[in-house]
This record gives sequence, C-alpha cells and structure tokens, in this order.
Amino acid sequence: MTLTRRTALAAAAATLAAPAVLRAQQVRELTFYYPIAIGGPVPRIIDGYCEAFQRESGITVKPVYSGFYGETLTKAVTAIRGGTGPHFSVLLAAELHSLRDMDILAPIEDIDNSAETKAWLSGFFPAFMANSLAEGKTWSVPFQRSTSIYFYNKAMFREVGLNPDAPPRTWAELVDAGKKLTRREGAGGRWGVQLATNHGTAQWTFGALCNQVNHTLMNEAGTEVYFNHPRAIEAASFWRDMAFTHQITPQGVTEWAVLAPNFLQGTAAMIWSTTGNLTNVRTNASFEFGVAGLPGKEAPRTVVGGGNLYIFKNANPAERQAVLRFARFLTSPELAADWCIKTGYLAVRPDAWETEALKRYTAEFPPALVAKEQLPVATGELSTYENQRVYKALNDNLQALLTGSKSAQQAMADAQAEADRVLRPFRRG
Amino acid sequence: MSGTAITAAATETAPLPRFDLWVWIETAAAWLFGIVWIAPLLYAVWAAIHPTGYATTFDLFAPLTLENFATAWVSAPFARYFLNTFLLVTMILVAQFVLCTLAAFVFARADFPGAGILFALVLVQLMITPDVLLVENYRTMSALGLVDTILAIGLPYMASAFGIFLLRQTFKQVPLELEEAARVEGCGTMAILLRVYVPLAKPTYLAYGLVSVSFHWNNFLWPLVITNSVETRPLTVGLAVFATLDQGIDWAIISAATLMTSAPLLLGFLLFQRQFVQSFMRAGIK
Amino acid sequence: MPRRTTIHAWLMLTPALVLLFGFTHYPAVATFWHSLFSTPRGSRPARWVGFENYTYLFEDPVFLQALWNNAIYALATIPLSIAIALAMALWVNSRIAGRTALRMAYFTPTVLPMIAVANLWLFFYTPDYGLLDRVTAALFGWGPTNWIGSRETALGAMIAVAVWKEAGFFMIFYLAALQAIPPSLYEAAAIEGASRARVFWRVTVPLLGPTTLFILVNAVINAFRLVDHIIVMTRGGPDNATALLLTYIYELGFRFWDTASASALTMILLAILAATAAFQFLVLERRVHYR
Repeated sequence: MTLTRRTALAAAAATLAAPAVLRAQQVRELTFYYPIAIGGPVPRIIDGYCEAFQRESGITVKPVYSGFYGETLTKAVTAIRGGTGPHFSVLLAAELHSLRDMDILAPIEDIDNSAETKAWLSGFFPAFMANSLAEGKTWSVPFQRSTSIYFYNKAMFREVGLNPDAPPRTWAELVDAGKKLTRREGAGGRWGVQLATNHGTAQWTFGALCNQVNHTLMNEAGTEVYFNHPRAIEAASFWRDMAFTHQITPQGVTEWAVLAPNFLQGTAAMIWSTTGNLTNVRTNASFEFGVAGLPGKEAPRTVVGGGNLYIFKNANPAERQAVLRFARFLTSPELAADWCIKTGYLAVRPDAWETEALKRYTAEFPPALVAKEQLPVATGELSTYENQRVYKALNDNLQALLTGSKSAQQAMADAQAEADRVLRPFRRG
Repeated sequence: MSGTAITAAATETAPLPRFDLWVWIETAAAWLFGIVWIAPLLYAVWAAIHPTGYATTFDLFAPLTLENFATAWVSAPFARYFLNTFLLVTMILVAQFVLCTLAAFVFARADFPGAGILFALVLVQLMITPDVLLVENYRTMSALGLVDTILAIGLPYMASAFGIFLLRQTFKQVPLELEEAARVEGCGTMAILLRVYVPLAKPTYLAYGLVSVSFHWNNFLWPLVITNSVETRPLTVGLAVFATLDQGIDWAIISAATLMTSAPLLLGFLLFQRQFVQSFMRAGIK
Repeated sequence: MPRRTTIHAWLMLTPALVLLFGFTHYPAVATFWHSLFSTPRGSRPARWVGFENYTYLFEDPVFLQALWNNAIYALATIPLSIAIALAMALWVNSRIAGRTALRMAYFTPTVLPMIAVANLWLFFYTPDYGLLDRVTAALFGWGPTNWIGSRETALGAMIAVAVWKEAGFFMIFYLAALQAIPPSLYEAAAIEGASRARVFWRVTVPLLGPTTLFILVNAVINAFRLVDHIIVMTRGGPDNATALLLTYIYELGFRFWDTASASALTMILLAILAATAAFQFLVLERRVHYR
C-alpha cells in the first residue's frame, strides 16, 4: 500500500512541531518487534508508515513481525535479556506491570518531560491510557487498540424471525436469540454464539463478561486479582450455562483462530471478536452482517484490548527520543485515521475521529463507529505482575469450566488460589 | 534358532485355502492406512489450488487458482527463509560429516585407554538430545554472543552421536587388509580414511545425510527460541509466525505456504525414494 | 608407534568432543547447578535455595498433570508407532497391489514439517465442518465433536498426530531389515509348510530384534521431544490436558522466564531419559542379538 501524499505531509507537519532537540540527535536506524502475523494486510500498512517516516526524518525504522502477542512478548524479552533486543516494541497493553517488574522499560516522562509532550499524552482516550499509567508515569503509548465487539449474521437473524437491526443488548436477549439461532440437528449445524476460550484470549473474553456484571478483575497496582468474587462467579456461571444449560455455544475450547472462519463459513451466527477483524470480515463475508457492542447483564459492556508501544531501556537516549518521535508520527490524527480505516483497529485519539477522512469513512460504513461508541462502557484488560502466569491460572480454569470438569465456584476458587500464590511476592510492599 | 522354529512349524499344516481372503483384508487395511497417511497432503493440495471460500466445502467443480501461492509468497519473506534453511541444513550437514567421520574412525579403529568410556559418553547424546536442553543452551549462546545467528541454530547438533555411532558401525566392517594395503603404498592416516573408509561408507553417508537434512529442515522448537529476526529464521519458524493470525486462520493460504515450504524435501523424496530406501539397507541401519 | 597414534586419535576426536561436551554434557550439569538457585528478577539477584525448586514443582498441579500426560503419551505413541511401522513395512515388502504408491504415502509425513501439518490437522479436528467430523458423520452419523477442545479427546488427538508423523520414518528401518533377511530362510520355511503366522513369529520377528531396539530408542526420545504440534495447536490446553514435560519447560523458561523452575523440570526430564536408557541398554540389550 502507499500512503497518500497529503496524509504523509500532514503527519510530517505534526511531528515537525516537536521540540527542536528531538531533531538534533543523529539516529540512523531503529528496530522494533511487531505482534502481527505476516500473513494479513497489516504488515504492508506498517511498512508504508515506516517508509513515510524515513522520508520525513531520515531515520530507518525496521519492523520485525514476530507472531501474535504472546510470541512477540517472548521474543522481545528473551532478546533483551540476551543483549540483542529491539529499541521498542508493540506488546500487549496489559503487560504493563510485568514489564515494569523486569526493569526494561523507559517511561515517557524520563525521555522528554516537556509540557508539549504532556499535552500530547493527554490527548488519548482515557480508556486506553488506563493500561499505560503506573506510579505517576506513562510507560507506553496506545497504538494497535481495539475493543471486543460482536459480529452477527443478519441473514440468519431474518431466517429465525429476529430483527436484524436490533441485536441482543442484554444477557437474557442473548440467550433468547442464541436459542433461536442454534441448530444442532442434521446438516448445516450452527451455534448461536461463539467466544474464544484458548490460551491467550480466554482472559480477555472473561474480562468483558465480568465487566458486564460491573466487576473488575484486578486492582490498579496489578498486585491483586478478584477471581472468586461473587460477581466473577456469576459471570463464569453465565458462560458455563451458555454452553451446558442453554447450549447456544460449544462446550470445550474454541480457538481464537477459527472464530472468523466459522463466522464466514456460517457455523456461528454471532462471534465475540475484535474490531481489528472488521476489515477482514467486510472483505470476505458473502452475506450481510452487522456489528454491535457486546451485551451486558443489564446493558452493553465490553473490554478494551490490543497493543501499546513500549520503549526499552537498552535504547540510548538519542534513540529513545527518535522512538518517541516515531510514536508521535504514528498517532498523529491523519495516520491514526488512516490506520483505523485500513484495519478496523481504533484510532486512539479523539482528534483522529475529527479528520475528514475518518468522518467520510464512518458515514459510508457506520459499523466502524460501533467500537468507538463502546469506549465509555469498556474496562481495561486483566493486567497484573507475572501477567502470563496469572493468565495461565485463569485460562486453565476457564477451560476446565467449559469442558465441564469444574463448577464456576470451583474454577474461580482454584484460579484465585493459584494467582495468589504467583502474586504473593508482590504484595509485601 | 530359526532352524528349530521351522522344524516345529513343519508338523502343522498350513491353512492354504483362506489365503486369498487374508490378502484382501490386508490390502484393504494397507490402503486405508495409506489414505489416512497421505490425507493431510492431499487436503493441502486441494485447499491451496482453490479460492479461500472453497477450502472447506469440497465442491468438485470449484474454480482452480494459483493465487494462494502468490499471496503466501508475497506476504512473508519466504525467499529469505528458504535461504536461511538452506544455509542451516548445509552447514550442519558438512560439519556433521567432517566431525563424525573423524570421531567415528577413531572409535572404530584406535585402541587407547579410556576409548570405551569416551564412546559411552558420546552415546549419552542419543538419549539426552539438545532439544531438551533449551534453557541452558540458550544461556551458553547468549554468553558466546551468538543469539539470533544461523550458527547458533546448528551448533548444538553438529557433533551428532547418531552420526558417530552409524559411521563407527560401518567403519568396523571395513576389512583390515584394505587398510594394510594402503599403508604399504605409503598412505598416512588421513589418506587411508579418505581413500579407503569414506568411499566404502557412501550408503551410510547418504542415508544419514537424508535423515539429517529432513530433521533440520523440519526442526522447530530450538530455532524458535534462538532466532529473533527475518535474517535468521528458518522456514519452520517463519511459517509459524505466518500462521498466527489475529484475523483468524485462512486455510487456503496456510496450505499454499505449507506446500511451498515442504516442496523441496517432498520433491527430493519423490525423485530419490528408491535410492533412499536402498541406502538405508546398504548402510546397515537395522 | 602407539604414542603417536594416541595423539592422532585425540586430535581427530577433539572437535566433536568439544561440541558434544559443550552442548550436551556441560548444559546437563549446569542445568542441575542452576536448578538449585532462585530465578533472578529485575533487581533481585539469584540466591541459593537448595532443592526448593523441586519441592515447588511437586506441589505444582500443572507439573503433575504434565508428568501424567507424558506417561500416557509415551505409552501410547511408542507401541502404536512401532506396531504400525512394522505392519507398513510388511505390507510394502510383500506383493501387495500398489506397494510403491503406499510406500510413498506412508513416508510423506516424515518429510513434512510438523509445524506446517499441525495447521492442517487443526482443520481436520475442527468441529462441524472439519474433515474428521464430516467423515464420522457420514459413516456413523455422529454429531460434531470438539476433538482438540475437550479434555477427553485432546490428548488422543495429539497422540494420533505424533504416531502419524513418526510411523513412516520407522517403517524405513524395518523395511531395510526385512529386505536383508535371506530369502533362503523363507524358502526353507515354505518347503516345510509353515503357516504365515508361524513364519512371522519364528523367523521374521527374532531377526528384527536389533532394529526394534534401535527404533525403540528413537521412539522413546520422540515421546519426550515431539511436541511441536502441541505448541502450535493447543498450547497444552484445554486445562493442561495436553501439557507435556517439554511444552511445560518451554512455557516456564520462555513464557514466564522462570528459569529456575525450568531447570529443575529439565533435570527431572533428564532423569527419566537416563532411567529409560539404562533400562534399554542393560535389560533389553541382552535379549536381542546385536552385532
């Protein structure tokens, strides 16, 4: 893909306004890890941004595409420990506390403490900044962000007599619609709704379910989790009931990777997925589909997700400045709007939504607005110290719950016990 | 031992009339296994040559296309991955041949104090393979400054106990008279090794080489751990990175990529399968 | 001149020994050493903890589950892959129709990268429209099964992939051994009117002893090493139903960076491998006629 000249120029103008000191330094090349599969369209978009930045600044930015979030995190941390790490990386926003604990991050305030940078930082959606702030500092810059939304098959809604323009907004409506949509006998069976339950995604889905009963799974410091709270158990019970009592979603584990194919294939009438899938589904669906905010027990609630841009300590001061400059370039309104249109990921700053390009796009394709409208009712993703271990504790038990080997109480109690064991060293003070 | 067995068998009569039925059952079973074993490959071909929408429907009249290959090829630096894998397997193979030949020759012919213990220590690697020592080997590579290099992927496998063992077995069967004759002609130790032993062990080299190439072409976990960049990633790691999609899996493109990455080995096997099996027989791996 | 020969011998051995010791023996010992310290984190350096990492592991339900799973995985894949390999070799070695095509079919999994075929198997196991579900629906009228997503079937599904992957490779060794059996033995048996089953048990099987031992060694190692497909397909799930020792080592060492626990777990795996090796070489070696 190529950037339009206008977009690039506008983005250039935005970064030229950065303090002169940023430009004075001599940095030739930056390397960063990017958590996306090489297969999709995203890498070419990122390559285009890097080239545009190179034309404007003379700094070559080299992206290394390294698999999904989990793999990229593994690679980045392992490489930094081996002394060959990248200068910066896009990693799961929720890794904040774990990465801080490893002592490998350079907070933005330590790189540039000017009022101008502070103003820029304050221009992001607060829902996204929640995963960036700790101990009074900013540790990452929101970039590849999304919220959990659902895609639904309008043709199937019509077929079973549901209003395709009024998708479920509450749990009761979801179960009701799910029962009508599910068809288990004969050929062409399908599920009412599918949610991802594999390692790496289950905790995200569960975060949304908990928010739907107004429950938050962790404290802000990332040192405590609240898995065995009655409301968390209520959310878990609801999930289990969907599979076992109402039978509108499959029992056992459903892989994230098969959600979109299932939806496109017509074996799932609704899927809980990311806004980042919007362009993909729009391109490949052979039927009319709709997009809506996730339901809630009483009213819609969801969870944010996705990746932030982290700057690593092993970059020297000049390189850190250059990374910051690149971050500002990427999040400039024109580029953020372009990114949103091309991928479906959310533009992370309100001012991007004011650009002509994005306004025109959302007028043409209103589903693109759904995710943004969900932001006020979205919560942050589960984020603690030893994040991956806490994820495993929760996900193992969610999988036990959905394979039917544990009750909701048991699963949540076990997850809590294991997470407490992992987090014990961090609670001493 | 087999003699007594046959004598014992001779007292019974063979159930000849039911022979045909058995052949039928066996043939059916053999083909059933054959179909199951080849199914993933057949499916990959099917999915790769049809548009994405047909990957899961098996419509006989689906349109044909080569677009999946084109899409897969341009969406990841497969050319670079091929080069990396090629460099990797060549480097390992050459190093294994040299190192294992030298060591096997010593273990086959030299008799010095401690040779037996040393050989036993070598055989330890048959069980304790580098694959399970990920954590510590990563530490070593990092101390040597070799993390994220192709050399680091190959280094732990170069001195192969399997190779030493096989070549030693072969070298032991070389008649000592041949060595004596060469010595009389004035050949030194190295010359004897190169002119007498190595040529006689050709089938072993071929069989071992094929096993080594297919093993390292397909090796995954250690390369996954030790490589970070496109410049060093072998095909397998590149493919794994390629296949993890935020947008969900696309079987048509994955299949195309799978066929592409395994094509050289597959083709090589198809062309040389007779020699391949025969080299195993002559190498005495049995 | 024995002295000069010895020097020569050492010179020729050194390159191989250096690498072998550097990447097999040293790391095995170093793993043990490191398993006695805590994991260094951020500002907290490693400290001596004795056998605490081991006691911690034995309190870890995931480890116990992985140990149990690995035992099942080994006990299923080893005999299954050997038996199927032998059957395949016998078929391909007989006058069966289309044996060249069959030999090719059996062997292809060996040359396909596990990592690539894992994605194809993922499709086979997909509920509803996956190949396996369609076949079982057409043949037996079964409903959809979440093959790799439910606890009952996930490990079995992983075992099937492993057997599929390695049986063809082992077949080649059996085939080579079968073709090396002198035809005169079979002729003699035929003259004396021995039944096929009898010839097989009394002639073929004893002569395949050394090959079986060799294959057994490989199958045992594979039972602990062949985990690529698990890392790609299930990551040990659902709820650790497919977690094996090596996948858990990878997870501890490279996802959680808990190198101390990973080292302790590696030592346990090494101990298991050493014990099986000792058993094979001391007990089985005596029973087969090895050259």
